[in-house]
Amino acid sequence: MKPSLGAYDWWPYRDRPKVVWPNGARIAFWVAPNIEFYELDPPLNPTRRAWPRPYPDNEAYCVRDYGNRVGHWRLMELLDRHGIRGSVSLSIALLDHHPEIIEACAERDWEFFSHGIYNTRFTYGMSEDEEREMIRDSIQSVQKATGQRISGWLAPALTYTDKTIDLLADMGLSYTCDLFHDDQVTPVKTPTGKLCSVPYSLEYNDSIAFQVNNLPPRRYFDMLKAGFDRLYEEGAESGTVMCIPLHAYLVSHPYRMESFAQILEYICGHDDVWVTTAGEIAKYWTENYWDAAVSDIARGNA
Amino acid sequence: MSSKPQFPDDPMRRYGMDHDRYDWSLLQKRTPVAWPDGKRIALWVNIAVEVFPMNDDSKPFKLPGSMVKPYPDLQTYTWRDYGNRVGIYRVMRAADKFGIKADWSVNAAIAEKYPQLLRDILARDEDVIAHGMDMASPHHGEMSEAQERALVEKTLSLLKGAGAKNIRGWLSPGKSQSARTPEILADTGLEFFCDWPNDELPYRFRTEAGEITSMPHSSDLNDRRIIVDFRHDEASFVDQVKDQYTYLSREAADEGGRVMSLTLHPWVTGQSHRIAALEEAFAFLCDKADIWLASGADICTEWKRQTGG
Repeated sequence: MKPSLGAYDWWPYRDRPKVVWPNGARIAFWVAPNIEFYELDPPLNPTRRAWPRPYPDNEAYCVRDYGNRVGHWRLMELLDRHGIRGSVSLSIALLDHHPEIIEACAERDWEFFSHGIYNTRFTYGMSEDEEREMIRDSIQSVQKATGQRISGWLAPALTYTDKTIDLLADMGLSYTCDLFHDDQVTPVKTPTGKLCSVPYSLEYNDSIAFQVNNLPPRRYFDMLKAGFDRLYEEGAESGTVMCIPLHAYLVSHPYRMESFAQILEYICGHDDVWVTTAGEIAKYWTENYWDAAVSDIARGNA
Repeated sequence: MSSKPQFPDDPMRRYGMDHDRYDWSLLQKRTPVAWPDGKRIALWVNIAVEVFPMNDDSKPFKLPGSMVKPYPDLQTYTWRDYGNRVGIYRVMRAADKFGIKADWSVNAAIAEKYPQLLRDILARDEDVIAHGMDMASPHHGEMSEAQERALVEKTLSLLKGAGAKNIRGWLSPGKSQSARTPEILADTGLEFFCDWPNDELPYRFRTEAGEITSMPHSSDLNDRRIIVDFRHDEASFVDQVKDQYTYLSREAADEGGRVMSLTLHPWVTGQSHRIAALEEAFAFLCDKADIWLASGADICTEWKRQTGG
């Protein structure tokens, strides 16, 4: 084990080269529905158990299955109402299990990135070959089902090896959502390839908000509003990114949707918000700001 | 190490579910159901009546609400038991005041320990759901089928012996099941169970002993989860009940009938400082024109009639 993976260098949040998003926007806003498949009887990973109870953990399984059976459609229609294209954090096996969901997302020109094969198969303990196979499976399966070439990654259940980040870059991906160190896009240091980090806003994640921090639904709205207001203000200085990572098995319960729906209305009601996808943010930033960022970071660490 | 390889040519990576218990189905793509008299929301209130043994060894897992401190945990035991003495009578009065009907999910240990309480519940002429033996008796994959059959038979015979003759549904303690629970329940002739909470309508569930209906009993809209686990205050609990209804009512007007399941525990909302919040929730729900106050059995029967399920 290492004290740090050294995936990025320190970069002070002051005097950074100014980022301006398309059409003069000051904040890039994206929504990430995690569309996940959890297995009832997953393989046992030596580092982490998938379920707390012995097989079958029917309740924990069903709580998540609800997201696909009931919740997804609700969330998709809510995003439709605000003209938001989802950036889907996808359990790749869901292409096989629930193609109706994939077709509906693809019809809406939503973007897909990989969230591993199943959210019950963890990266811990994988060999480099196994990890490369997971990435290859992700790229090929999405391409086959939708014609789309994925460019991003969020590790399944946020599980890693110390090679994960380097392998993503080496296999041609251009962004990762796995780093929570910044409110702006940043370059990631990898031996090969060109990978940036697109902020995925850990605490705005409904999973953290509802399952870890136990927020009441209406308080989730307050938190997102406070976060947006500050990122919007600071974005005038240099373009910021706000992501709301979501899980239909959590946010799509009616008692949460009723107040959550208002945050999208609030954010999309502002001028100078670039409502976009993770891949478009990564592409625009890499094309326009990669070099300036890399040299500014080098200067700050000289 | 792995009991299965991480990247097999997995036969379960296929269309539909990764098991054969039920079919994959999007709620929004089903033929809509219409509840009786043009109602759109079947309000299914479930009140859990539970016994938490103090000598619970939490094996192989702890059930929600069970003992917290080292034995003898008099604090947790009596806090839960308050529900069976004081809280439940407050909840009954609140329900009566607003004309709310409920299903009573009763541990069979109540029949042994507090037979008069069970008689008081039965006198209401509402439905009893068999809620397993007690909150230290989970159903789980490490018990033999014979042990589990005996546990189900004992549960049902205790409840029936104490007067709960017409039991049609089952809720395992903590929704716990083994891989054989559905077969055992279907074998006894039970019509539905509440342990697979993945939907907002009933659906057909396969067992080797024939089909059983899976009912959408909420693990979410649940006073214990919201108030005790999440530590949300009473006002927020009421907001969540109201928001659940408001959202569902709007959706159901366009998309067809839904079930709104509300799960209550007298040791939680029957407390003196919380009963007013429950009354506020009941007051809000009791006069809604689109609500059908229904038992689980009513919902199951009506859903089967319309869908052939």
